Amino acid sequence: MCMTCGCSETPLAARFASSGNLISVDPAEHRRIRVEQDILARNTRGAERNRGWLAERRCVALNIVSSPGSGKTTLLERTIRDLASTRVITVIEGDQATANDADRIRAAGARAVQINTGTGCHLDAEMVARALPDLDPPAGSLVMIENVGNLVCPALFDLGERAKVLVASVTEGDDKPLKYPHMFRAARLILLSKIDLAPYVPFDRARFAAAVTEVNPHATIIELSATRGDHLDAWYAWLNEVSV
Amino acid sequence: MHELGIAMEIAELAAARAGDQQVHRIVIEVGAFTAVLPDALAFAWEAATEDSALAGSTLEIVTVAGRGACRRCGAEQAMPAIFTRCACGGTDLAVLAGEELRIRELEVSARCA
Repeated sequence: MCMTCGCSETPLAARFASSGNLISVDPAEHRRIRVEQDILARNTRGAERNRGWLAERRCVALNIVSSPGSGKTTLLERTIRDLASTRVITVIEGDQATANDADRIRAAGARAVQINTGTGCHLDAEMVARALPDLDPPAGSLVMIENVGNLVCPALFDLGERAKVLVASVTEGDDKPLKYPHMFRAARLILLSKIDLAPYVPFDRARFAAAVTEVNPHATIIELSATRGDHLDAWYAWLNEVSV
Repeated sequence: MHELGIAMEIAELAAARAGDQQVHRIVIEVGAFTAVLPDALAFAWEAATEDSALAGSTLEIVTVAGRGACRRCGAEQAMPAIFTRCACGGTDLAVLAGEELRIRELEVSARCA
């Protein structure tokens, strides 16, 4: 009996093996195929298509990542209101459930599309490709993609963005960059948010900055507070630079 | 969590490549810096392939250790973590290996009648 699938064929290879006349006509003989195929290739191709779609409209997308509760949505609301007269911003909101964040963004005055990932822990290029035509961002606008709050998986999935922006807050640990190095490494800009709360929490900003440098020497760090308005001008200046 | 999606992607790519041949083994490379847990992926593999033509196939995960070259002194070295300090004091290392996430090889046979 064939040992591979249990069929009644006696493998030819086995019959010829003893005589040294090994021939490769046995249906059950195993062959190895070299593949060398990138497992995320489909996502990467989708991301390239998104980039092309955005480029045709002269739009630039940013992939905003963080753990849940770091203040991504609050920062976007404030940014939309502050830049209302100078910059058109549209938003793709990713959450496992609810349309709460898209509602908040619309209330701030921007076009928004909500993606609910269900059990999914990150956005992928295909989800963004489906959301873009609904969002229909005006030519030259900035598309903010607020990813699912998660510092692990979104690092792997290119969405077609120009850069990843990581938001970390002073109410989290100052060793976060060392605990989640992949995400901190993937980000071009790191925003340290809620610095208005810094006097009340044991967050060591120098230790945080050193940890970022250790993991990602090329990242820019901007400390800010979206509620009190600290250093938002630096964030807005960065947005102008990155979308040129 | 994302391992299930990755397992399904591997299953789809392998099935497409194998065509009507029976797949017995799939060898994949997972770099140390990919944020993919080999154990979680192996667990997800069973769920992703049950009731499919790939059911019963083996997913062999080859972990690729991190290697890098210091951008300051050029020294090539093992990278035990994504943030590795070079002996020269440099912290900026170009990753040479450890970011792989790819199918290396399939082991197939013709399907028996």
